[in-house]
Amino acid sequence: MAKNKFEFEAPYLLLESKLDELRKLSVQLNTDFSAEIANIEKRLDQMREERYQHLTPWEQVLLARDVDRPTTKDYIKLLCSDFIELHGDRLYGDDPAIIGGIGIIDGRAVTVVGHQKGRDTKENINNNFGMPRPEGYRKAHRLLLEAEKFGRPVLTFINTPGADPGMGAEERGQAWAISEMLLCLSSLRVPVVSVVTGEGGSGGALALSVADRIIMLSNTVFSVASPETCASILLRDSKRADEMAASLKINAKSLYDMGIVDEVIEEPPRQYLLESTAFVQTLENSIKRHLDELCSLDVSELVELRYRRFRKIGKFNE
Amino acid sequence: MFNKKRGYIDLSNAKKNQAALDSEGNFSCPSCSAWISEAQKIQNNDFCPRCSYHFAVSAWERIHAICDENSFEEWDANVSSVNPLEFPGYEEKLAKAQEETGLIEGIVTGRGSIGGFDVVIGAMDSRFMMGSMGSVVGEKICHAMEKAIQYSLPCIIFCCSGGARMQEGMFSLIQMAKTSAAVGRLHEAGLLYISILTHPTTGGVTASFASLADIIIAETGALIGFTGPRVIQQTTGQILPPGFQRSEYLIKHGMVDLVQPRVEVRSLLIRLLNVHQGGNHG
Ligand SMILES: [Zn+2]
Repeated sequence: MAKNKFEFEAPYLLLESKLDELRKLSVQLNTDFSAEIANIEKRLDQMREERYQHLTPWEQVLLARDVDRPTTKDYIKLLCSDFIELHGDRLYGDDPAIIGGIGIIDGRAVTVVGHQKGRDTKENINNNFGMPRPEGYRKAHRLLLEAEKFGRPVLTFINTPGADPGMGAEERGQAWAISEMLLCLSSLRVPVVSVVTGEGGSGGALALSVADRIIMLSNTVFSVASPETCASILLRDSKRADEMAASLKINAKSLYDMGIVDEVIEEPPRQYLLESTAFVQTLENSIKRHLDELCSLDVSELVELRYRRFRKIGKFNE
Repeated sequence: MFNKKRGYIDLSNAKKNQAALDSEGNFSCPSCSAWISEAQKIQNNDFCPRCSYHFAVSAWERIHAICDENSFEEWDANVSSVNPLEFPGYEEKLAKAQEETGLIEGIVTGRGSIGGFDVVIGAMDSRFMMGSMGSVVGEKICHAMEKAIQYSLPCIIFCCSGGARMQEGMFSLIQMAKTSAAVGRLHEAGLLYISILTHPTTGGVTASFASLADIIIAETGALIGFTGPRVIQQTTGQILPPGFQRSEYLIKHGMVDLVQPRVEVRSLLIRLLNVHQGGNHG
């Protein structure tokens, strides 16, 4: 049965609490335990890193959904030297579940759009847990057309449970808003790079992912539907989501092997995502490298290559 | 999310009700429960004489009803599914669907003529694993659209689907991007693309090629949407108004061009094709 907590972290949490005790003791006894503390810290990091090499697909789903994960705003802050958020779809409203704007990365003007999950309950309710409504896709759509007009490459960040399952979204033509995004991106005449930074949930995620390059962080997932949904439909038991996570092959490594994503960037344990300079540097370099390569292509070649990139995905017998 | 279960409810009811035949072979309409005989159903062009509920028709019935006699030539007839994720039980499900429908996959594509107009035509079959879109459906649609460009022909697709073929995982989700990109090429080539949304069209099919046509026709009473009504109800607790996500609701909200009963779709297509060819034909 699928567990919903980071159970695999229990041993490290125990060790960490021991470490805290030792630090307190060191103060109380006015004794220097720094060598011992450093030793335990080192061992803890080693253990954790080793465990991260052997995560199950379901553990990766949990990590992908971790509320403490950096959000699109965090990545923008990290990567853009200047960023101006732009609002609204000019039709209906401004969806906080998708943010977008313009900024500079490595001396290059870019358009950035991405799903925006909240970091706490209040923010998540405001942002609809990162589930876009039609106005979110339409805001992104308008920003993509602007990017094309000004010849700016596009960077997208993917992290959403999926499209909004509400009445209003249906009433305002959610399916139409998503398909228009797929159509727009598939022939957009500027480079598009997508980074999956958490949960790539179904059509709501795909709407921002029709890119020349798709990068996934190592403990993120991309799925046709949530493992719970698949389990409840195919196994009639949503509690067997962990089994589904394995069967559906939704983790970064599997999707790389299937040729669906282009690069996987190793993540540090979840506590250190933004603190790890090595990780941040690798991500930054990767984005720059892809943009450099894509910007050097002739526009018609770029569009043709993107068409072929998606055209060849699918397995069948002839 | 491809939460699509609710989209099938009417279909499974239809099956159940049709299975519960009375001694004279009459069955009750899944929508209004009126008792109908098979002969009445055929005579009435597959819809209920009382409430005009459209009974499901197969891909071949659709093609025969729409195309001029003996004009249809099938393409990619032998393209068949594999089990790319080695998903447990998928082969068995495919084999069962093939046996039940006599089809190799959930869509028939090819070239034919309608009222003398040459077209590329595709028809999905809701009986084949709920008309779900996997690699084969996506591939056949893309190939048909690329051939439409090659022959410079209009393209007409009859849609009905519960959404993505979950057993193919991301391969199935990507078919949304792939088919949308193919539609983009049709548009660039200046070719007419008409989609007919039939009961039910939900999930990833609605959110890709189905909703990207120049002209979108919804068949009377069809359920059309992204998230199915039951999932909406379950996740939001909202009570859905009667007629929600039906063709008549969609035209009221500006999502489709026309709502037509099934019997009138062929003549409408002929008129649309005629106008698009400058009206020289009729
Ligand atoms: Zn009836």
